[in-house]
Amino acid sequence: MSPEELLYAETHEWAFIAEDGGNKVATIGISAHAIEQLTDLVYMDLPAVGTAVTAGEPFGEVESVKATSDLYSPVSGEVVEINETLPDNLEILNSDPYVQGWIIKVKLSDEESLGKLLAHADYEKQCGEDG
Amino acid sequence: MVDFAGWSMPVQYGSIIEEHTQTRTAAGIFDVSHMGRFYFDGENIDGFLDTLTTRRVAGMNVGRIRYSLMTNENGTILDDVLVYRLGKPDGSDFYMMVVNASNRDKIAKWITAKLGDHQVTLNDRTTETAMIAVQGPKANEVVSEFATLNPADLKYYTGTVTEVCGNEAIVTRTGYTGEDGCEIICEGGVADEICTKIHERVAELGGGPAGLGARDTLRLEAAMPLYGHELSEEINAAQTDLGFAMNFKDRQFSGRKAILAAKKDESLPVRVGLELEGRRAARENCDILIDGEKVGYITSGTFGPTLQKAISMGYINKKHTAAGTQVTIDIRGKSASAKIVGLPFYSRS
Repeated sequence: MSPEELLYAETHEWAFIAEDGGNKVATIGISAHAIEQLTDLVYMDLPAVGTAVTAGEPFGEVESVKATSDLYSPVSGEVVEINETLPDNLEILNSDPYVQGWIIKVKLSDEESLGKLLAHADYEKQCGEDG
Repeated sequence: MVDFAGWSMPVQYGSIIEEHTQTRTAAGIFDVSHMGRFYFDGENIDGFLDTLTTRRVAGMNVGRIRYSLMTNENGTILDDVLVYRLGKPDGSDFYMMVVNASNRDKIAKWITAKLGDHQVTLNDRTTETAMIAVQGPKANEVVSEFATLNPADLKYYTGTVTEVCGNEAIVTRTGYTGEDGCEIICEGGVADEICTKIHERVAELGGGPAGLGARDTLRLEAAMPLYGHELSEEINAAQTDLGFAMNFKDRQFSGRKAILAAKKDESLPVRVGLELEGRRAARENCDILIDGEKVGYITSGTFGPTLQKAISMGYINKKHTAAGTQVTIDIRGKSASAKIVGLPFYSRS
């Protein structure tokens, strides 16, 4: 996946929406911009498969040396897969945030939240304004 | 950059872990000009200051620096400070004090309000001067190339007025990282030149600038308390496990009676160190539990880059302070196992 193909939450998570057997499944990660801002990641806490997540609500947390940050789900649905190798190999987030650095996959319960997500260009604009 | 007690300061220049590691292995240069710098004039200055500090500062020899707490009449902590008696090249000497940025106004007012008949004046020179900490195994060597002395020739917690890059400056063998090194206090106008030159040399030796983030992880590994976390007006000096910074014999000071009473109060929690299982840090305000019952709370914590462990400091009921005691920490609703450990977490070899 290239960053241009993804949708973004204002809270810096990205989502890639794919069809899977009639369901829509979102692959979710965090943007390179967010990873750069967080720096020095040391810990990540992920939900179990089967957990229900809600758009705009925390689904896990990532911890850097300086602070703990919530990870917010860009979509609502059920966690169907988690990237189990990621918490022990957080450097992947620096090297490959959009492919190997995916965090969870969520089967969408509704598509309502998708309308609130930003296209790449708009997200980039937001990051520029954040400084 | 973040606002820190009104100062715009960098949390990090690049990576906190890199800045931390460079300071442990080579040298880090820290702009700590936000720290409050008070200079005193008058008569019997040490006698006056001695009425306000938990540690004896009366009769200090020239060149000596003492870490102390300042407490109110309840024995709770107004600030932790360094009191200096420093010699000048002309043979005269003077007293000064370095206080936390966040407490600068409060302490200036507190000291002024306590003056009474004492013939002492306080001159807050924080904004006219700069303070630069150079810390790490190569720090003193670097500074010796620019100063008229080698800081390594000073004893720990001593200092003097000397010259750095040809400008009059105070050099002290002090710091807040658990590493050897020194701190330089100079006039604001020459700080840029001093910083630039030291920075260039530090960089050649594998070091670099370090921000507030690394300052916090370094001081945490060294188990040095931070005002607003381990120390506050809610905490009595007796709880802090900083006995070395308190002298009770044959002296009177603000808070003395209340601190002595608090030392005997078994219900007051005391400061301890905790080491967690796993990499997840327990930070300020997490509860410490034993068998589901709250027995204490965390005041600060991080993942220690040198130790490669999650470490915290906190306050715990007196009966649970033994090293090895197993506890549970509630980190935002999730339980983490931890044990009480002796402090400091890290001490340089």
